Amino acid sequence: MSEKKYFDEMLNADGSVRDPYRILADWVQSQPKTALKQLAADAETIFRRLGITFAVYGSNESTERLIPFDVIPRVISANEWRRLEKGIEQRVKALNMFLFDLYHNQDIIRAGRIPEKLIIQNEAFCPHMMGLNPPRGIYSHIIGVDIVRTGPDDFYVLEDNLRTPSGVSYMLEDREAMMHLVPDLFHKLKVAPVETYPENLRRTLESVAPDSCAGSPNIVVLTPGIYNSAYFEHSFLADQMGATLCEGHDLFVDNGKVYMRTTLGPERVDVIYRRIDDDFLDPLTFRPDSMLGVPGLFDAYRAGNVTLVNAPGTGIADDKAVYTYVPQIIEFYLGEKPILKNVPTYNCTNVDERAYVLDNLAELVVKEVHGSGGYGMLVGPASTKKQRAEFTEKIRARPDNYIVQPTLALSTCPTFTNAGIAPRHVDLRPFVLVGDQIRITPGGLTRVALKRGSLVVNSSQGGGTKDTWVLED
Amino acid sequence: MLGRSAANLFWMSRYVERAENMARLLEVGYRMSLTERGEDGTSEYLMSMLRAAEAEEGFAAKHEAVDVASVAHYMLFDTDNPSSVKSCLFNARTNAKSVRTEITTDMWESLNGTWLEFSQVQPRHVLGNKLPAFMQSIKQSSNQFRGALLGTLMRTDGFAFAQAGGFIERADNTARILDVKYYVLLPRASMVGGDVDIQQWTMILRAASAHRAYRHLYHDRYKAWNIADFLIFRKEMPRSLAFCATSITAMLGMLDQIYGEPSSCHDDAIRMAQILTTGTMDKVFSDGLHEYLMAFMDSNNRLSSAISDNYNFY
Repeated sequence: MSEKKYFDEMLNADGSVRDPYRILADWVQSQPKTALKQLAADAETIFRRLGITFAVYGSNESTERLIPFDVIPRVISANEWRRLEKGIEQRVKALNMFLFDLYHNQDIIRAGRIPEKLIIQNEAFCPHMMGLNPPRGIYSHIIGVDIVRTGPDDFYVLEDNLRTPSGVSYMLEDREAMMHLVPDLFHKLKVAPVETYPENLRRTLESVAPDSCAGSPNIVVLTPGIYNSAYFEHSFLADQMGATLCEGHDLFVDNGKVYMRTTLGPERVDVIYRRIDDDFLDPLTFRPDSMLGVPGLFDAYRAGNVTLVNAPGTGIADDKAVYTYVPQIIEFYLGEKPILKNVPTYNCTNVDERAYVLDNLAELVVKEVHGSGGYGMLVGPASTKKQRAEFTEKIRARPDNYIVQPTLALSTCPTFTNAGIAPRHVDLRPFVLVGDQIRITPGGLTRVALKRGSLVVNSSQGGGTKDTWVLED
Repeated sequence: MLGRSAANLFWMSRYVERAENMARLLEVGYRMSLTERGEDGTSEYLMSMLRAAEAEEGFAAKHEAVDVASVAHYMLFDTDNPSSVKSCLFNARTNAKSVRTEITTDMWESLNGTWLEFSQVQPRHVLGNKLPAFMQSIKQSSNQFRGALLGTLMRTDGFAFAQAGGFIERADNTARILDVKYYVLLPRASMVGGDVDIQQWTMILRAASAHRAYRHLYHDRYKAWNIADFLIFRKEMPRSLAFCATSITAMLGMLDQIYGEPSSCHDDAIRMAQILTTGTMDKVFSDGLHEYLMAFMDSNNRLSSAISDNYNFY
């Protein structure tokens, strides 16, 4: 596979340096290999001592690992960012309106713009939410949109991640590490700050406190606990916001109100930024065997005595099957053309499309409709004959369980590897906050596939991260 | 603050302190055993140390010979031993991880760094001649953590819980270190006050990092009476029972002030401190040193439970 056919973030096809990378490219070139190696080692020490790790499911031996960090940042120009920002804002606005509609009148179904079956029979649809009015009508407050780039002006949204997206702590710590490692570069380049995120998160959460809450709301972060893969992030965010980090058993519901157990007895809770999946939130409403949640929590939410962020049932709007309808959703609610592109998606329940898919598996990407984290997917160009045969069987058996997309030519970004600086594929996850206003942190988390030629950036599959620099004008 | 978080802070400090004191206890046993000329490598001194650490049964279930290598391995690395340094550091870190938002980055880095280093140590690399240096490094890690706590943690309720836990544990451990001497039998009664006896007492002092300070306070050669007085009653001595009890009282008083209401566990602590600030060595030796220490450990334990109940630990 030739590297040339991919758009490179730093280099034009003729080898010249793209504008936003001028200063960075000079800097990289002026670094001896040993200097970059030293920076990489320093970065690893910083992260390990801070305990920025993630737990890997299914690995018994070392349950905590570092997400590899690459010291060469990814740069986005002010112009490029403005466009991305507009596109993201448009999407999250429309998707929140879509959620409100689905849990109220369902106008979009009545108008025949989306099949009823796709919504009502979808596991991600939450009937308990029908008719419920969350503060400000917002369902998904905290969003991490996955975007990939295939050309100078070609940005595609891969996933909207409207449930409980993670990774924002890496964005913040990557920046922290870079400011520590290469202060001189920040001196030369005007990089938009990301450090405002925790403050904005707090403002967002405060702005959606229940109407009945007088004074400054008591905000907690609800975590499944220290063995969760994203526990570091949960504690990090609670700490940065000055909120209390709670586990399910730290909270209880009495007479429709939520309290936490403090050293001085019960204390009322107003807003819960929950990092527990819908199913586990409340054993009385959802999964009865859940040990992670709080019995009675959903009733307290329904009664308007506490705000859950994000609301339960947002998964219906980032379901992989619903994803294909996002362009129509934007047009339906906003009357606008989508600014960011959707990846064309094949529907395997359609006979013709399925036939095409099965004939061309080697060129396509297959994803499980309810899968995440890069598990259970097939990347055609990197697959073996045996894997393709397996997926052929799977798709034939349950066509509705898979979506199929063309393999996108993810852009590459120079990355420091064992073999020196080399292009590696990247994506981008900007983080969005929706409350009294929409706040998008400039940049986001750049994930990088560290294996040569690999297109899978997930940390569970050997991906790493880079700091992302949005330049200011 | 969550009752659980208060408990996590309390136990985080207890486990760090325990890890340090396990190293101190082992140090006493180890040094004493160097002077022994046992037949099959079995050490009476190490046996006594295990008894004082309440680790005798657990050790016996896994080992036959009481030699330096097996005892050191059991006290430092064996995760079947709930009080081994490794178990303590693991528990300290787990507690700290559960209250990441209540402790400072400095504290976390110190504890996490200690755990990462410790968990990578190969026991066979340190069980020989490097053992004294390794025990020293455990004490240093504990000192570093305490420094981070004192230097960076806000003086709020969390600080008081963390400190109270540390002092409860230290009081317990100092009593145990002192109690080692009870279990060490002298070959003949006539040897009381003799060279061997004094040498044993000296090692007790060393384990408390107090052999030099002793000279400054007592201007006298090492004497059992003085050493016990030093580790039980002297308020200048930061590992003495009196110092610990006074410090616990201060922390519980601080909580009363922060929360604006008196607590019954504070009263308990005041009573315990009073006994120690007004006690005398005459009483200790008439009760019997061992009996006196056992009674102290018992009331110290009850105080710990009273704090848990009072502040909704769970």
